[in-house]
Formats: sequence, C-alpha cells, structure tokens
Amino acid sequence: MKLKHLVVAALVVSSMSAMASEVNVYSGRKEKLIKPLLDRFTEQTGIQTNLVTAKADKLLTRLKNEGRNSPADVFITVDAGRLYRAKQAGVFASIDNPVLNDAVPAHLRDPQGQWVGLSQRARVIFYAKDRVKPSELSTYEDLASEKWHKRICIRGSSNIYNQSLVASMIAADGKDAAQQWANGIVKNMARPPQGGDRDQIKAAAAGQCDLAVANTYYYGKMLTSKKDKVQLQAARAMGLFWPNQQDRGTHVNISGAGVTKYARNRDNAIKLLEFLVSPEAQKWYAEVNFEYPVREGAEVSELVKSWGDFKSDKLNLDVLGRNNAEAVRIMDRAGWK
Amino acid sequence: MARLWQPGIVLVALLLSIPALTIAGFVFEPSGENWQHLKQTVLPDYLENSALLALGVAIGTLGIGVSTAWLTAMCRFPGKRYFVWLLLLPLAMPAYIIAYTYTGMFDFAGPVQSAIREWTGWRYGDYYFPEIRSLGGAITMLSLVLYPYVYLLARAAFLEQSICVLEVSRTLGCNAWSSFYRVALPLARPAIVAGLSLALMETLADYGTVSYFGLGVFTTGIFRTWFGMGDSVAAAKMSAMLLMFVFTLVIIERLSRRQAKYHHTTNKYTRLPEYPLHGMRAVLAFVVCLLPVAAGFLLPAGQLLAWALQTWEEMVDASFIKLTLHTVFLGLGTALLSVMLALFLAYGRRVLKSRTVFVSIRVAAIGYAIPGTVIAVGVIIPFAWLDNTLDGWMREHFDYSTGLLLSGTLFALVFAYLVRFLAVSLQTVESGLDKIKPSMDDAARSLGYRPRETLKKVHMPLMKGSLLTALLIVFVDVMKELPATLILRPFNFNTLAVRAFELASDERLADSSTAALMIVLVGLLPVIYLSRSIAQSRAGST
Repeated sequence: MKLKHLVVAALVVSSMSAMASEVNVYSGRKEKLIKPLLDRFTEQTGIQTNLVTAKADKLLTRLKNEGRNSPADVFITVDAGRLYRAKQAGVFASIDNPVLNDAVPAHLRDPQGQWVGLSQRARVIFYAKDRVKPSELSTYEDLASEKWHKRICIRGSSNIYNQSLVASMIAADGKDAAQQWANGIVKNMARPPQGGDRDQIKAAAAGQCDLAVANTYYYGKMLTSKKDKVQLQAARAMGLFWPNQQDRGTHVNISGAGVTKYARNRDNAIKLLEFLVSPEAQKWYAEVNFEYPVREGAEVSELVKSWGDFKSDKLNLDVLGRNNAEAVRIMDRAGWK
Repeated sequence: MARLWQPGIVLVALLLSIPALTIAGFVFEPSGENWQHLKQTVLPDYLENSALLALGVAIGTLGIGVSTAWLTAMCRFPGKRYFVWLLLLPLAMPAYIIAYTYTGMFDFAGPVQSAIREWTGWRYGDYYFPEIRSLGGAITMLSLVLYPYVYLLARAAFLEQSICVLEVSRTLGCNAWSSFYRVALPLARPAIVAGLSLALMETLADYGTVSYFGLGVFTTGIFRTWFGMGDSVAAAKMSAMLLMFVFTLVIIERLSRRQAKYHHTTNKYTRLPEYPLHGMRAVLAFVVCLLPVAAGFLLPAGQLLAWALQTWEEMVDASFIKLTLHTVFLGLGTALLSVMLALFLAYGRRVLKSRTVFVSIRVAAIGYAIPGTVIAVGVIIPFAWLDNTLDGWMREHFDYSTGLLLSGTLFALVFAYLVRFLAVSLQTVESGLDKIKPSMDDAARSLGYRPRETLKKVHMPLMKGSLLTALLIVFVDVMKELPATLILRPFNFNTLAVRAFELASDERLADSSTAALMIVLVGLLPVIYLSRSIAQSRAGST
C-alpha cells in the first residue's frame, strides 16, 4: 500500500508541468515561420507555447504512436495532402467553432472540421521574359504540349507540391488524362528533376530551360533577397503567369492546422487556431513569407499585390489528399524521377 | 563475472536491435498493390543506383584514404606535419552541407558557370561542365567527407606496425612499393576494411545528399514510400532489403579473413623510418594530400564562411548559443556511452570467444546502415507502445495516468544515437583490440590479473589511440546527425544540425551557413586535439 502511494506521488510531481497554462505544438512548418507567431500569441494571452518542428510526415508518425498520451495539442503542417493523411490517421478532433468558420472559406477547411487552412500558396508558371511571351502560355494542361519540348524545369516527384498538383489534375481531368499529362511533362523536361523550387527559377533564368513551375512565395523571397544577388537577378529575369484563369483557376494549396484528438489543453489549442486566422497573424504570413491569407480581406504585402489578382481553383482541398497515392503512382509510371 | 558477461552482451544486443526488429516485423505483413507497383517501376533503379553509389564511394574513399595514410605515416615531404591533421578536417563537414555548398558554387546557375558564360558568351548546351547533381556528384561529395574514416584507421594501423616486419621484407628483396603492397597493406587490412565499412554504411544510410541531388536510391525510396505513399509495409520491405545487403557485406568480409590473424608478432618497436621524398615525388605527395583537404574542407568551408560573414549578425542570438551547447552536450554524452558499450562488447568477444557473442555483436552494430529516420520510427513505435501499455496498466490498477515516460525525452534520442552509431565505436575499438596479440592476455592472466584488470591495466593503455578515435568519430557523427534528432527531440530543443537544415531546406543557404559553420568548428576542436594524441600514441613509443 505504501509503495502505491509513493509511486503515485512521484508521478504527480512528474506531471505537474502539464497543469500550467500552455499549449503544445507539433509543427511541420519551420521554426522561423511559426515561432514569431507563437511568441506573439503568448504575449497576447499569457499562454505558454512549446514547440517541436520536424518533417510533417514523421511528426505525424510520432503523434499517431504516442496515442492518447501524446503531449501535442495542435498539429501544424503544409500541404492539404498531409492534412488529409493526419485526418485519416485519426489524430484530429472535429472542431465546430464560429470564429474559425467565419474567418476561413469552406473550401479551405475540412468538411468535418478536423483541420483548418492558415495560409494559401499558389503553384504557378514562371517564364523567361527574354524568350517566352506570356501570350504563349495558358494552362497547366498546355505544359504537356509539344511546343515546350525540353523547355521546362520542374522538381522531383518526391516533392509533395508536385504530388498535389498532379492530384488536382486527376480531379480536374481524370486519371487517364493526368497520366498522359505526366508523360508529356517528363518529355518536356529540360533536365532530370533536381533541387528545390528556387533552383527551377534560377535554372530558367540562366537559360537551361524557358519555363519553371514553382510556388509564388519562393519568387517573393528571391525578389526581396538583399544578400544573394544571383537569386535577385534570376527572379527579375522571370515573369509570373497565372495558369487556368479561363477555366477552373490556378492550383492553390495551404498550410493548415488541427486540434489533436487527445489534446489536454483543448481550449488553449482552439484559442491558438483563432489567433492564427486573426487579421494580425494573417497579415504576418503575407508579409513575411509572401503567402496568401485564407481570411478574406486580409492585407497582403505590396510585392504580393503587384502580382495581381487571380482566380484560384475552388476544389475542396480534401480531394488532394484522397488522390495523393494515385498521383505518386502516375508520376512513377511516367518516369518522373 | 564471466557468467554474467555473455547474457549481458546478448541483452545489450537485443535492446539495441529493437528498432531494426520493429522495422523487420513489418516485412511479414501482407504487401499491397504498392509493392507490385514499386517492383515494376522504380525498385530496379534504386538497386542499381545504390550499388553504383556504394561502389563509387568505396573506390573513392580507399584511393584517397589509403594513399594519404601511407604518405603521412611513412614518408617525409614538405608540409607532412600539417597534413597529418589537415586530412582529418573533412570529417567535420556533414555530407548534406558539402552538397549544398558545391551546388551553390558549381550549379548551372551558380557563380562559376555564370562567370564562364559571361566571359565566353556561351549559352546552355555550348560547353561541357560536369553536372554536380548526379550520381557522380554524389559519389564525389560522399567520398570527400567519408575518406577520413579510412585514413584515420589505416594511418593508425600503419603507425602501429612493427618496423621489423618491414625491414625483414626489405632484406628479402622487396622495394618500397612491394613492401607496401605485400606486407604493410595486408597487415593493415582489418583497419582499412573497418574504415571502409563505416564509409559504406554511412553512404547507404545517407539521405540528405541523395535527396538534394534527386537520386533514386534505397533511402530516398524508403522515404517516399513510407511518408509519401503512406505504405509502411512496402517501406519496411525496402529497409529490410537494404539491411540484408549490408549484412551480406559484413559476412563476406568476416569470412574472407577467417583463416588469417592480424596481430603483430614482435614487441620490437623503434621509431618508424620516414622515406624522404625529393623533387617531383615530393610535389606529387604534396598534391595528393592537398587535394582532398582543399576539395573536402577548404573550399566548402570557405564558401560557408563567405556566406556567414554576410548573415551572421541576424543568425546569432541567445537561442543560437543554447543550441550550440545542446549539440555539444548531446555529442559528448553519447560518445562516452557508446565507447563504453563498444569496449564491453568487443572485449567480451575477445575473452569469451563464443558464437552467440559474435552474432550478438554483429546484430547490435547493424544500426549504422539504417537511415536515421527509419531508426527514429523504430524507436517511436516500441517506446510509445511501452509507455501506453504502462499507462493503461496504471490507470487500471491505480487509477492514475503515467503518460509518456520515455517517448519525447532525451533518453529516446540518445538511445537512437546509440543504435545508429554503435558500429562506429565498435569497429574502431575492435580493430584496436585485434592488433594486441592474445599472448598479452595470456601473460597478464598468468600473472594473476582477472579479465577486467587485464582490460584496465593492459589493453586500455595500449589502445588509448583507438578509444580516442572512437570517441571523436561518434561525437562528430552525433553532432552532424539530423533526421533522428529532428523527429525524436523534446519540446523546445534544437541542435545546430536542425537549425542548419531548416534554413537550408527552405532554400536559404546563406542563412544556414552560420549554424553549418558552427558544426564544422565545434567538430574541429576534437579532431585537432585527438589527432595530436593519436600521433603520440604509437605502440612502443614512450
């Protein structure tokens, strides 16, 4: 009996820390892109935040295995495909919160309220201004046509942004057409896929290819790069084209977050999500990382404004997740490295 | 003592093989359509690329490592005194960081090729320039940072050899070259092979470089299948294939030298004579030693420094100092534990001479060839299971929740490091121990020492160099380790590698350089310190 008391006492002490007012965050977003917001949240509310950042897929594995004892209250990640995986893994709780529902349009939220988008990113076509006229460009579909033979730079098939792009092609055109498209893209690649999004823009600027597919915020970061002249000049040599404006709109993806199923600080977790979609936090994303806010009417930076308004694909992002595995298989079959 | 030793070794081996066994457990689950799909599309490529990569790195590290080890151990030429430790510097350079810097410099859009184009007016396709992001590029990058393993162990072996053997070979008609090929090289073989297998296991487990270069090899394939397709069974099957590949290598090596023993049979040690090199030969030796140092360290470190000078003011803050301390503390603690474990296992094998022990030790060391992330997952699953089972039991019997006791703690992280890096300390300690001939043990025992005293009073002083080497390599390895650290670390706990990687993978190479340079600098201190101790620890020297 005595032993039992001792054990319990020891364990009570060891778990005291859980009682302080705090919220624990697992983040697939990098520290630099989330910590400042968390600090601001702590300033406003007095709620302490604890953070682990890592690759989202691996954090999800950790979260899943920790089960009901996981310390995580909030899981943040980029790409709808990953949010879908988290939902499938059953780690999220369904939240029906009026503040979130009002701030975020329905197609950027999970239908069951398991995750909510925090920022939008568009995947677009960049063209070398001295070699390509924007009038030659039209849609993603057109990138597979023969006129672009060996003229396109795009990164590898392991990259989730490309997986989600192909997933959106499946949703728009069907599996077979998406396969044909991927085959065509592989034929049109100027070089085997390599590097990240910025590398595609740099290679196109340097003349290795004429078109590059990349997310807009990389372009923004390159244009504002004070120290790296190569990046700055490369970005200046490239123009931004919004594909599919005549039909479904440009493919967008999100960063998003959900409250975990076994969150111990559930109220704080919801408060954090509310904060992240507040006008202040939304503005920060647009200004620091050149992303698009999910909140309608939130301000964007001057630079982002200068790229013009665009029509975005209103496909519910849940679909990207559902099509992900098929997208990977399509790319494998096409020989997309 | 001896009665407890064998079960002790088996227990340690079992504990350390938990992650590998966890992964292997998936192999027996039925495979779905993904496995078929992989076999038809990408798997043959993965096999071919991994094999070519390993072969290339083997040739590269052997060529650089053995030649420089021999030159700095046996010859005299200008600058040799400095090359002894300069040649170790690339060890402090993580493979993924050298890959970032070389790509930054030599990529098509990088400053070198841009300058060529500007100067000549050529455009894309008008000239040939080696593609840095290719299989050849990956082989070069990995060889440049991994050859010190071969160099370190081969040089230690050359230094520890008895000069009498070499002299005898010369009196029997060997010239300098043939006494190297026929006597010194075979005698140093266990050490060279130990170094080579470290380099190869690290190559097969590398993820950072190959994924940055966009190569389809086993590690990138495992990641893509597991985390991209969400198919843990197919990914585990690929991991198991990789493990089998490595295990076969290990067995072949062991079998091939089954008959041979590699102890030195004389106690006569005098100062090694240095062959003086003159003229062209001296120049050649100088260049052979300079190239790997320049390409593997000076050039990338120079680039890092240039970037860091631009960005350090923004990057160094209070958190930066904290994460440097975290990194050093983790590295030191793990290195000490790892060397102690290695000594326990290696000496056990020597004293007990049992098959069970031999197999246990090989199993314990398999983790080095497993990519860090796979090990991390192999740690997460059993630890979380243990925590949750205990928690469930406590809830049932005491109505109290214990939560997670091991998961998400430093303990889990250090455990993962031990699993991953035991092979490093083990190989080094074993090859040090192998060079002490068994008659020493017999003599010590007949004079009344028990095995533990023999170890303490006879072996450990004799193998001081090997122990220090093991300590150094594990420390540097832990400091560079990335994937397992990322996923297993506790809340608000960062290391230098994590910081460097987060920035670099966000394609902010210049910003990541301060942390990367710090890894290199912290890694340099033990490299320099230990290279001095090793130079002084030649057997027979006073």
